[in-house]
Amino acid sequence: MRAYDLIVIGGGLVGGAVAWGAARLGASVALLDEGDVAFRAARGNFGLVWVQSKGAGMPPYAHWTRRSAELWPELAGSLAEATGVDVALRQNGGLAFCFSETEYQAREDLIARMHNESGGIGTRMIGRAELRAMVPGIGDSIVGAAFCPVDGHANPLKLLRSLQAGLAGFGGDYLPGRTVDAIDYDGGFTVRVGAERFLAKRVVIAAGLGSRRLAPMVGLSMPVSPLKGQIVVTERLAPLLDYATHVVRQTDEGSVMMGDSQEDVGFDIRTTTPIMRDIAARNLAALPALRDANVVRVWAALRVMTPDGCPIYEQSATHPGAFSATCHSGVTLAGAHALALAPAVMADELPASLAAFNAGRFDVPPA
Amino acid sequence: MFRRLEDPRAEIEFDFEGRAVTAREGESVAAALLAAGLRGFRATAISGASRAPWCMMGVCFDCLMEIDGVASRQACMVTVTRGMQVRRQRGAKALDGAAAPFDDDEGEFA
Repeated sequence: MRAYDLIVIGGGLVGGAVAWGAARLGASVALLDEGDVAFRAARGNFGLVWVQSKGAGMPPYAHWTRRSAELWPELAGSLAEATGVDVALRQNGGLAFCFSETEYQAREDLIARMHNESGGIGTRMIGRAELRAMVPGIGDSIVGAAFCPVDGHANPLKLLRSLQAGLAGFGGDYLPGRTVDAIDYDGGFTVRVGAERFLAKRVVIAAGLGSRRLAPMVGLSMPVSPLKGQIVVTERLAPLLDYATHVVRQTDEGSVMMGDSQEDVGFDIRTTTPIMRDIAARNLAALPALRDANVVRVWAALRVMTPDGCPIYEQSATHPGAFSATCHSGVTLAGAHALALAPAVMADELPASLAAFNAGRFDVPPA
Repeated sequence: MFRRLEDPRAEIEFDFEGRAVTAREGESVAAALLAAGLRGFRATAISGASRAPWCMMGVCFDCLMEIDGVASRQACMVTVTRGMQVRRQRGAKALDGAAAPFDDDEGEFA
C-alpha cells in the first residue's frame, strides 16, 4: 500500500500533464494508466495547439484555450530542460482553409462572433492572394482562410513521452497496466486495482472515455462519448507547409498528417476507405502537390467528447479532493493543465474562472 | 560485395547519375546496382544516415531512389529498363522537383 499527495487516473495527455504539473510543485504523485486495452486518444492525436475556433458561445473556454497557448512555451521549455525531449512546438500561426464562398462567410461570421464574445486575439480573414503568399502551393479552389497568429502545433507522442519521463524525473510513479476497480473515500481516497491499494489525499479522474465509469465513484459526472477521427500520413517530405491548419499539418520531421474527419459511430476504431478518400480529396484540393506523396500510415482514434464539446473540470461536492478533468484537446490544453490546473488541484480549489466547466451544466432539462 | 552467378540473360544499360551501368534483363534496379558495387543508395530524411537495400522484396523501404524523375521509388520493386535514369536520394522527397542530389562521395561504388 502506497500513499501519495495525488493520484491521477488516466495516463494520457490530460492525466500526464496534471500529474507532471503537480510533481513539478513537489507533490508525490502516482499516475495510474490502464494499458493498451484503453482507447488511448493520446496515441491518435493530430497535434494541433489550436485556438481560433475554440469556445464560440462559451467565453471561459476561449479564454482557457488562449491561456494554454500562452503557457505552452513554458511547458515545452521545461520539458526539454528536464527530459531532453523536444516536443517540436511551433506557434507561428494557424490557417483554417475555406473551401467555398459559403465556408468563407461562415468562418468570417464565427471569427467576428468570437471577437465580440471573448475579445480579439488577432484572428483575421485572408483572401486568395495573401494566402498564396503564405502557402505557395495552395490550390486554386481555396477561396481564403482564417489566420490566427497564436495557433500552432506540436508532436503529441513526444509530448506524452516527455510528460511521463518528466514525472519520473520528479520522483512520481508512472504505473501502467492499472485498471481501477473502485475508489473508497473516508476523508482520503483508497484506489483499488485488483489486490493493490493506492492511498491519496486527492484524486483526479482524467481517464478519457473510461471517465464515465469512474467519475460516479467519487460523486462526479463525466458524460463523455466517442467521436471517431481518421488520420492519413504521408512519407517524410521536404518542407511544403509552414503553418498548422485544421485539416493538414507537416510535422517537424517532414511527415504530412491529414485528418479532421468526424464520425459518431461508437467504440469503433477501424479505418475505412470512404473516409480516407474524403480526407485525401479535401487535402488534394488544398495542396495539389500532395498527389505525388506516398501515404505510409492511416489510423483511427476516438475523441473524448462532452455533450457540448467543452471540457469538464470540477471538484466533487460529496468527495472533496476528487476532481474531474476531460476534454478533446489534450495537446492544445496541455499548457493549462500542467501549469494552471495542476497547481489549483494541489491548492484544493479550482479558480472561479473554471466554474463554467462544472458538469452540472448538462443537467438542465431540454426546453 | 556481391558477385553475379552465371547469368544467360541479355545485358542492358541504364544510367546511374551520368554513368552507364550494365544490368541483366529482368533484374531490379536494386539488384543491378548492388551487383555493380553501389554501397549507399539513399540518405535518410532525419539523420542523413546512409542506407542500402535490405529486404529486396518491397517491405523495408530502405532502397528508395529517384527513378526516371520520380523520388521515393522502391529500387527493389522496379525492373531495370534500357536507358532508365536512376539517382540516389538525399533526405526527404520534395514534391515540387527532383530529390536533393548527393554532392559528396558518400555511397560511391565499392
